[in-house]
Amino acid sequence: MRRFEVALPEDLDECLRFLADRGPESKLLAGGTDLLPQMKNGVTTPKHVIDLTGVARVHLLESEAKAGLRIGSAVPARQVELDARVRNGYAAIADAAALIGSVQVRNLASVGGNLCNAAPSADMAPPLLALEAQAAIAGPKGERRVPLSDFFAGVRKTVLGPDELLVEIVTPPPGPRSGGSYIRHTPRRELDIAVVGVASQVTLSNGVCAKARIALAAVAPTPIRATAAEAALEGKALTPELIDRAAELAVQSARPISDQRGSADFRRHLVRVLTRRTLTAALARAGA
Amino acid sequence: MAKQILSSTINGEAVEVLVQPYETLLDALRENLGLTGPKEGCGTGDCGACTVHLDGKPVASCLMLAVQARRRSVTTIEGLSDNGVLHPLQDAFVRHGVPQCGFCIPGVLMAAAALLAEHPKPSEEEIRYGIAGNLCRCTGYTKMITAITEAAQAAAAPRSA
Repeated sequence: MRRFEVALPEDLDECLRFLADRGPESKLLAGGTDLLPQMKNGVTTPKHVIDLTGVARVHLLESEAKAGLRIGSAVPARQVELDARVRNGYAAIADAAALIGSVQVRNLASVGGNLCNAAPSADMAPPLLALEAQAAIAGPKGERRVPLSDFFAGVRKTVLGPDELLVEIVTPPPGPRSGGSYIRHTPRRELDIAVVGVASQVTLSNGVCAKARIALAAVAPTPIRATAAEAALEGKALTPELIDRAAELAVQSARPISDQRGSADFRRHLVRVLTRRTLTAALARAGA
Repeated sequence: MAKQILSSTINGEAVEVLVQPYETLLDALRENLGLTGPKEGCGTGDCGACTVHLDGKPVASCLMLAVQARRRSVTTIEGLSDNGVLHPLQDAFVRHGVPQCGFCIPGVLMAAAALLAEHPKPSEEEIRYGIAGNLCRCTGYTKMITAITEAAQAAAAPRSA
């Protein structure tokens, strides 16, 4: 690894002061499971690495009935995967957290790091998009909230400024009779990157679908919502025929490329299959 | 580049050691502390040969900076036995002749020890998932699974005097 200096802030203010001084030549380190390989490969060569281990604010994992779920950006995937509040109330998030890397990686890899790395295939993105999460971002002028749907700016790009830090991800409570699911396709079951990942989140009311949210990974430069498919579901009973129709509409939202993981055609096929499966699973979890 | 003082608990002992800011935990353990049980296979978190416990949880020590272990407790394979008495997993691995080349074994044992701490009676599938982050290029997985299953049963059985 190229040599660098390390900063060890003990709170958020200290971290923000360092970012204000040296932000453009610095990298923030949470779990390190993306950053360290990138630094070892020479893809990233920061002069300074700011270790978030001592910043308590980014390690909180809290769930409140009204405010919803707050996941500190540095909370490891493994902690999210095992948290009963996440599993019960926000199951799609737990589904995704359980799929990242191996257990040795999940104990390090952070939710915020997965989002800030901004890979099109990021597993944490689809369930958080489907749950309409917001990114709480701290900077020199205070904190701002950005809907996660506006957080990704391109392949490996986010809207974070060089003097800013993702503090936490806030997910509103989905409400009663809601269910969600995230499924991805990988050639291997573990330690692989999604060829396609799909999250679905539905809320039922009086026998019909009151709200539907569908998000796709690895079929566009950023994780995206499949809004046409969502609109087709809302206000209607979720019959198998309607789910098939939504799966077709989700395929139309996808703009996949062909690469070593799969062809564009195969990815479109996967969007169809996984949208159907996640909607069916979400419906079952909503208690239909 | 100013060296940093790293204060941690390593294998149950309070340790203070000077580390470079860019040094990984794995390098600090091996080069500065002489704990050569954890191995560097890939250096990118794919192979699991560097697995150690951080506050009781298995992590890839090649993906951590040494300074990130400050004020925390690290256990390596050297700390798995208890005053010279082998951990039941180590004992089962020896009796079943699990190691072939042996390079992956310290990592596999640390992953398996963490698994048994969480699931004292794991199913075969749980065992396979528990060591999914550990690659064995000799492909000796069958004996590993047998030995881990046996160690779990031995730990669950009432001990005779």
